[in-house]
Amino acid sequence: MGARLQLGVTHALLIAWAVVMVFPFLWMLGTSFKPAPEILAFPPHLVPRAPTVLNYVRAFQTAPFARFFLNSLIVTAMSTGVIVATSTAAGYVFGKFRFPGDTAIFMLFLATAILPLETYMVPLYLTMRDWHWINTYPGMVAPYLVMSFGVFIMRQYFRTALPDELLDAARIDGASEWRIFVRIAVPAAVSAMAAVAIFAAIQAWTAFIWPLIIASSQDMYTMEVGLAFFQQRYTIDYGAITAGATVSAIPIIAVFLFFRRHITEGIAFSGFR
Amino acid sequence: MTCHTPGIPAAAARRRTVSRVALSRYVFCYGMLLVPTAFFLIFRVIPIVQTLRLSVFSWDLISRVKPYVGLENFRTLLADANFQLALSNTTAFAAMTVAASVVLALLVALPLARRLRFEGAYQLIYFLPFITPTVPEAVVWKWIYDARYGVLNYLLSLLGIPPVGWLLEPRTTLWAVIIMSVWKTLGYNMVLFIIGLRAIPAEYTEAGLIDGATGWRFFRSLTLPLLMPTVLLVTVISTIGAYNVFTQVYIMAADIQGSPGSVVRVLIYDIFENAFRYYRMGYASAEATVFFAIVLALTLVQFRVLRSRT
Repeated sequence: MGARLQLGVTHALLIAWAVVMVFPFLWMLGTSFKPAPEILAFPPHLVPRAPTVLNYVRAFQTAPFARFFLNSLIVTAMSTGVIVATSTAAGYVFGKFRFPGDTAIFMLFLATAILPLETYMVPLYLTMRDWHWINTYPGMVAPYLVMSFGVFIMRQYFRTALPDELLDAARIDGASEWRIFVRIAVPAAVSAMAAVAIFAAIQAWTAFIWPLIIASSQDMYTMEVGLAFFQQRYTIDYGAITAGATVSAIPIIAVFLFFRRHITEGIAFSGFR
Repeated sequence: MTCHTPGIPAAAARRRTVSRVALSRYVFCYGMLLVPTAFFLIFRVIPIVQTLRLSVFSWDLISRVKPYVGLENFRTLLADANFQLALSNTTAFAAMTVAASVVLALLVALPLARRLRFEGAYQLIYFLPFITPTVPEAVVWKWIYDARYGVLNYLLSLLGIPPVGWLLEPRTTLWAVIIMSVWKTLGYNMVLFIIGLRAIPAEYTEAGLIDGATGWRFFRSLTLPLLMPTVLLVTVISTIGAYNVFTQVYIMAADIQGSPGSVVRVLIYDIFENAFRYYRMGYASAEATVFFAIVLALTLVQFRVLRSRT
């Protein structure tokens, strides 16, 4: 009896806490579908009484949110593609071969993950300026072309899950190393590559300070940067602001709900970078 | 790879072919690493080194001369009121956010680690703020904190608490950012705690149960000591993250234009402003070097903790 009561109390507390945690999201969603008078209504209520999509229409009309969304998609796709490729190539070599300098290069890759981008963004910005990469897509993805954690995941995968016998059999058949990589290693590693892709995509989509620095004209803003400027400009239009916020948050939330098992543990393990 | 075949000529021949194979493998390996290594060097290693180098120059981005000033930037920095404010704000922010986030995360992790029902759903909801982009979150919190129409002041009024001008003065703004950041980072710490708690061998907890230890006493005398390395690790990781705070501050409390009344100056914001608003590249690099030192020091602590655990 005591144990049951205790369990009930535990669940009650956890549910109460879950309400607190999820409330800002519900409030965002609720506000974004409320007509203007309801947004400022007192006392406030969560669920819109006369739901409307006008806030979304107004947001997309007053600011090029469609363009911001497209920019975020482009930046995310570029970064994800390159990170998956570089992580797979490097991870395969580190996982399956011994060669002079292998440990040193691998440690270098991992060690750079200690320092966040903010410590070296100033010189990186100057390099982008010298290359005329300011306000360009390559400039926006420059710091997001490699991912230490991605290399690590792929190395672990190849080391533990891809049998050497498979590669040796192909070698005996006379296949070149490159051919073995493309035809055997890559197809076998698709699931690990997908995991790397998810992390890379979340990282690129949620990036803020770097696109804020690099994108100098509105047509290059990502969703995050565009939303930041939008809320500065239209401070009081919380209907349109929460509509923009919802559009910016939904893709990541969707990815998270879909792949959550991989994500929670992977991110807890790496903390990104 | 080694040959055990008798007969010297055959062995020698094979060794030669082996080395040729090895050579072609090395070429393959270095070829595969060429692009990744180049990216790591160009976009990470070189900028890191350049931060340190740039910090001893004075440069405004436009002029051709870039005079060497030695440690002058650091001297100015230490006397700079903005920098002092940023450092103290960031430290206060980190201390409060980490303390609250670690304690709350541990509180929710304790029941969740025991695999009770709906554990997955709870974890999902608690982790959601961490994974969601910070800009939309900060924007929504700004609306929640609104002094006149914000839902937080309304909820507080139900408890009889008079309205708070959350984002209207520096002190309350700092608290507003702290509360939002605790909400955001808690789920991450929770996952680490759950992993740590589940790694505690069952014999220990069973022994404790036989001894009749329950509730708080059980936690104090058994769980907490065994979990201490994880607690330390989570604390250090969170502290590094907290010193890195920027986005929510930028949205809620940094830009005079965008935030209603006040500025909470934090380290990254100060670097950002010096570099990209005032174009003081050398000065900003000196500041980034200080940040660099803080992160490095915390990381060394983290490695010590990790080593002591294994």
